[in-house]
Amino acid sequence: MSSANPNAPIKEINEVALAAPEYDFHRITDDVAKVTENPAPRGWWVMFLIAVSLLGALGLTLAYLFWKGIGAWGNNQPISWAWDITNFVWWVGIGHAGTLISAVLFLFRQKWRTSINRAAEAMTIFAVICALMFPGIHVGRVWLMYYPFPIPNSMGIWPNFKSPLLWDVFAVSTYFTVSLLFWYVGLVPDLATLRDRSKNKIRRMAYGAFALGWRGSNRHWQNYERAYMILAAISTPLVLSVHSVVSFDFATSVIPGWHTTIFPPYFVAGAIFSGFAMVLTLMLVVRSVFKLHGLITLKHIEFMNKIILATGSIVGYAYAMEFFIAWYSGNDYERYVFFVSRMKGPYAWAYWSMIICNVISPQIFWVKSMRTNVPVSYAVSIFVNIGMWFERFVIIATSLHRDFLPSSWGYFHPTPIDVMTYLGSFGLFFTFFLLFIRWLPAIAIAEVKGVLPESDPHFEAHGDHGSHGDEHHDDDHKSDDHAEDGESKASSAEA
Amino acid sequence: MQIFPRSLNKLPAVVAVGAALLGGGVVGGFWYYGTPKHLQVGYAPRQPVPYSHRLHAGIMGMDCRYCHSNVERSGEAMIPPTQTCMNCHSLVRTDSARLAPVRESWRTGQSIPWVRIHRLPDHAYFDHSVHISAGVGCSTCHGRIDQMDIVRQDQPLSMSWCLDCHRNPGPNLRPRDQITNMEWRPDPAQQVQPQRRVEPPQNCSGCHR
Repeated sequence: MSSANPNAPIKEINEVALAAPEYDFHRITDDVAKVTENPAPRGWWVMFLIAVSLLGALGLTLAYLFWKGIGAWGNNQPISWAWDITNFVWWVGIGHAGTLISAVLFLFRQKWRTSINRAAEAMTIFAVICALMFPGIHVGRVWLMYYPFPIPNSMGIWPNFKSPLLWDVFAVSTYFTVSLLFWYVGLVPDLATLRDRSKNKIRRMAYGAFALGWRGSNRHWQNYERAYMILAAISTPLVLSVHSVVSFDFATSVIPGWHTTIFPPYFVAGAIFSGFAMVLTLMLVVRSVFKLHGLITLKHIEFMNKIILATGSIVGYAYAMEFFIAWYSGNDYERYVFFVSRMKGPYAWAYWSMIICNVISPQIFWVKSMRTNVPVSYAVSIFVNIGMWFERFVIIATSLHRDFLPSSWGYFHPTPIDVMTYLGSFGLFFTFFLLFIRWLPAIAIAEVKGVLPESDPHFEAHGDHGSHGDEHHDDDHKSDDHAEDGESKASSAEA
Repeated sequence: MQIFPRSLNKLPAVVAVGAALLGGGVVGGFWYYGTPKHLQVGYAPRQPVPYSHRLHAGIMGMDCRYCHSNVERSGEAMIPPTQTCMNCHSLVRTDSARLAPVRESWRTGQSIPWVRIHRLPDHAYFDHSVHISAGVGCSTCHGRIDQMDIVRQDQPLSMSWCLDCHRNPGPNLRPRDQITNMEWRPDPAQQVQPQRRVEPPQNCSGCHR
C-alpha cells in the first residue's frame, strides 16, 4: 500500500479521517466503480460534447495551420515566441501536480494523497500531451519533427546537445514516459477490481487485458509495492528537473527578463502552484458530478489550498526578487524590463493581472473558513490558472517586445488561429480527462482502503461495519503493529 | 475465472518479436529507400537536345570550361548559352535534325529549356568557384561525365555527403591543373599539396546562410 511504514498506527492523535465515517471497503469499491458502470450522468455528456467539439475544431485549426504555416499565428519579430510557447509552458506546469502528489507526497507519507492521486496523475499525462503538441506544431514544418531526436540521418549531424530546446525534448518526454508508467502501475489492482465486477464479456476482456492477470495475491502486492516505490523514487527528481529545464529555454539566453538564475526554482514553484490549482478545478467538479464528497473531503481541499498558498507565496517572492535583482544589478536593460516595461509598459495590464491572480488571490487561504469553502476554493483555483498563464505570457511577451533597437519594437496581436489553437488544446485535454473519468477508476480504490481504519490489522469492527471502530481501538496499538499492509488490501481488492 | 485462453501467455513474446521486426523493417526501409542515395542518385532526365557529354568531353576531349566557362570565378558553373553551341554548329552538322531545337533557339532568341539535374535545396548555399580553387575536381562530385551520353546524378548530394568532405577534405583534393581531368586518380604515395589553406566550414551558417 501507499504509506509504507507497516508499523505506523493508522491514526495519530488528532488526525482526522481521510474518508467519511460511513465508508467501508465495500462502499469505496462500489462508489468508485459505479462511476464507470452506471450510465454517464447528463452533466458528463454535456461536457464531453463540448470537449469533443473543441477537439474537432483543434483538428481543423491545425490542418489550416500546417497548410498556411505559422504565419497564421500572430507571432512575428520581435515577438517570435508568443502563445505557442506560453501554452506549452502553461500545460507542462499543470502537469507537475500529478507527479508531486503521487511521488513526492508518497515518499513523505502524506496519506491524504490517496483520494486525489489517480486523477492528478491522469491530469498530468493529458496536460503533458497538450504541452508536447505546442512545440511540435510551432516548428512550422511538422514533417521535420524528427530533427530533435538523435537518430541516424542523411544529414550527418546530431541535434545540438548544447541547446536547452533539446534538453526540453528529453526532459518532457522522460517525464511523460515515467508519469505514464507510474499511473499505469498504480491502476493495475483497481483494473482487476473492475474486471472482477464486470457483467459483460467486452468489459471483462478490456479490463482483464490491462489488469495483467492481477489476482491480488500477497506476492503480487509485494512486487507491486516495490515497483511503486521505485517509480516514485525515479519520478521525484523529475518533479524538479522538468520545469528547471523548461526554464532554461529562457534563462540560458541573454535577453533581459529571461537571463536570471532564479528561474529554475521559480518555475518549479509556479508549476506546482498551477498544477494544484488545476487539480482543484477538476476535482471539485468531479466530486460534485459523481457525488464523491465522502472520499474527496473538505480536508483534502484544505490541504491542497495550503499548498496553493505556500507555492503562490514562493512565486510572489520570486516576482519581488526579480525586481530586486534588476535594481541591485545596476544594469540599465534589466531595470528597464522590470521597472518600465513590465510595470508601466504596453503589457502592464498582463503584468498586473498576473500579480492579482497569482500573488494576491491565494492569500485569502490564510483564513481557515475560506480554505475549507468550496466555492471560494474553486474561484481561487480558476484565478490561479489564469494568473499562471499570464505569468508565462508576461515573461515571454514583455521580454521580447522591446528589442535593444527601438526600430524593432513591437506588440503581439493574437489571430483567431492563435485563440482556436489554445481553446482546442482544452478540447484535447478534456476529451481525454472525461474519458478517463468515465472508464477508469478516478480514485485509487486500493490505496484509499489502505488509509481506512479498517485496514489497521488490529481493527475490530464490533459487528456493524467499521464506522465506530476507529476511535477507541487504535490508541492501544501504536508500536506493535507489524502486519503486512498488503494483506488487508489484498483481501479487499480481490473482490 | 479464466478470461483469456492459455495460449495468450505467448503474446508478450510475439509482440516483442513482431515489434522488433516491424521496427527494424521500418528503420531499414528508410535507411535504404528513403535517403538521397536511393532517391536521387541516377536521376537522368531527357534533355530537349540529346547532347552527349561522352562525345564532346570524352571522345573529342573538350575541356569542361569551354562551355561551363565561369565555373572558376562564379558560384554557378553556368549552362552555356545557345551561342556557345553555335560557335561550332553554325559550321558543323548544320542540317542535323537533332540540332533543330538549337537552331530554333538561335533564330528566335529563346533559351533552350535544359533540365537541371544537380539541384540543391534552396536553403543550402553552394559556390563552385571556391571548391575549384580549393582543388576539388569536377569528377569528384559529378562522376565520369565524359562517359555519359545522358548525364545522370552520380553522387547523393545529401548533407552528410557534403559534410564527409568538409570534415576531411584531404582525399578529395587534387592539383589545380588536374581539376577538369576526368581520369585523375589520387596517388596514395603522394600527398597533394593544396594551393591554399583548405578549411571548409562545418558550422550551420557555412552553408545555410
